[in-house]
Amino acid sequence: MNEQVSIPRTSEWTDRDGIVKRIDIPAPIAMLAELTHRCPLACPYCSNPLELEGARGELSTDEWISVFGQAAALGVLHLHLSGGEPAARRDLVELTAAAAKAGLYTNLITSGIGLTEKRIAELSEAGLDHLQLSIQGATPDLADKVGGYKGGYDRKIAVAEWTHAAGIPLTVNAVCHKQNMDQIGDMLDLAVRLGARRIEIATVQFHGWAEKNRKALMPTKEQVLSTNALVDEARKWLEGIIVIDYVPADHHSTYPKACMGGWGRTGLNVTPSGKVLPCHAAESIPSLAFETVRAMPLADIWYDSDAFNAYRGDSWMAELCRSCERKAIDFGGCRCQAMALAGDAAATDPVCVRSPMRQLLVEQAEIDSRAEPPEFVYRGH
Amino acid sequence: MSAAPAVPVTAQTVARLARGVRLREDPVRGQTVLLAPERALALDDIAVMIVNALDGERNLGAISEEFSVKFEAPKEQILADVIAFIEDFSKRRMLELTS
Repeated sequence: MNEQVSIPRTSEWTDRDGIVKRIDIPAPIAMLAELTHRCPLACPYCSNPLELEGARGELSTDEWISVFGQAAALGVLHLHLSGGEPAARRDLVELTAAAAKAGLYTNLITSGIGLTEKRIAELSEAGLDHLQLSIQGATPDLADKVGGYKGGYDRKIAVAEWTHAAGIPLTVNAVCHKQNMDQIGDMLDLAVRLGARRIEIATVQFHGWAEKNRKALMPTKEQVLSTNALVDEARKWLEGIIVIDYVPADHHSTYPKACMGGWGRTGLNVTPSGKVLPCHAAESIPSLAFETVRAMPLADIWYDSDAFNAYRGDSWMAELCRSCERKAIDFGGCRCQAMALAGDAAATDPVCVRSPMRQLLVEQAEIDSRAEPPEFVYRGH
Repeated sequence: MSAAPAVPVTAQTVARLARGVRLREDPVRGQTVLLAPERALALDDIAVMIVNALDGERNLGAISEEFSVKFEAPKEQILADVIAFIEDFSKRRMLELTS
């Protein structure tokens, strides 16, 4: 009982050296649908790729609905409607209704900007199962500064209240970093006050746009340790009131995170124009070519495409990872981080204590964390 | 606006699935899953039976009584198991409880 679901299908493919590989591939559990890259916010750690896709290239309503149906047939259980800001899509209610009809557990990941009381009621009516609302801080001044959007904080509070009133369960997402980490306790209180059943506290991941803001965002080791302790305590006193999911700063961890639960093992990501990625940052790996739902069925992309098979199993791993007893736990860590920091997506994640690059990474994190924070380089849209 | 405090679970407790938590057949994997935000739990037959019994009307004592007759097993043992199950799922904010 209570095990995360998965079922393997065996797949064969030929790797770049012409060797036939065979591997068990589980059906995906979750799909992140980036409906659009348009967004009113300008967060300095934006997780969208450096090259954004414009509105004209976005999948149509019918194309998205077809993708949702294919995903459900493939075994996807959770659908995350994300962006950019998904509320920027005029057909959001229609897409939500179609996803719910396909049987998918439908979750909206939103900044709240673009949602009204009426639209939230319509989403609820359409069968939205859950809403995740980002907050950038516990005070309007800080939150609006981080998001680069004046009035954003007040709007989010209103959206949380409308969501609660509509009966849609709410998760609060708090991305944390040097400049708001000392407000984590207050953000937890805020989430409880807003009636959230769950809060996700995730430390900024330092690739993509966040790389431009390392000195403004990198938390100090003291901040990380005190946040770890606060989360441990809060989980006790808030048990049964709010569930806390916490992604600690991996630059201060011993081992890398099991990014995406392993490459091509649990989830997939569809970009606004229909490219299918093993994770939202995968386009930062230049050697990979990605298939699109406009040209190939989703199931074929999942099971048979080169990009999804590139880092499945262990044959791609460096010896350091292949001989490591943790390879089935963390799968060698994050490929995009290995690309960004080691210049080789197949390298051991430099966060790992066994990586030869680890010392360098820790020293650089230390320097960035101590720096007087410069002005943010905001994400332009 | 604030969340309800954690409620102690007893034979008098009445439970139902919280909004946003639901059972679904998963034909691809041939199982029944309980879906909640960011969670997909594969349930065994007993867990499915308990979840299906949570109608928001009968209390856990009445549900255990029914199972006890159906499976010819001691009611106290079944009640203890059901309470443990409900406590676990309640901590995960998957249930709404009243006493």
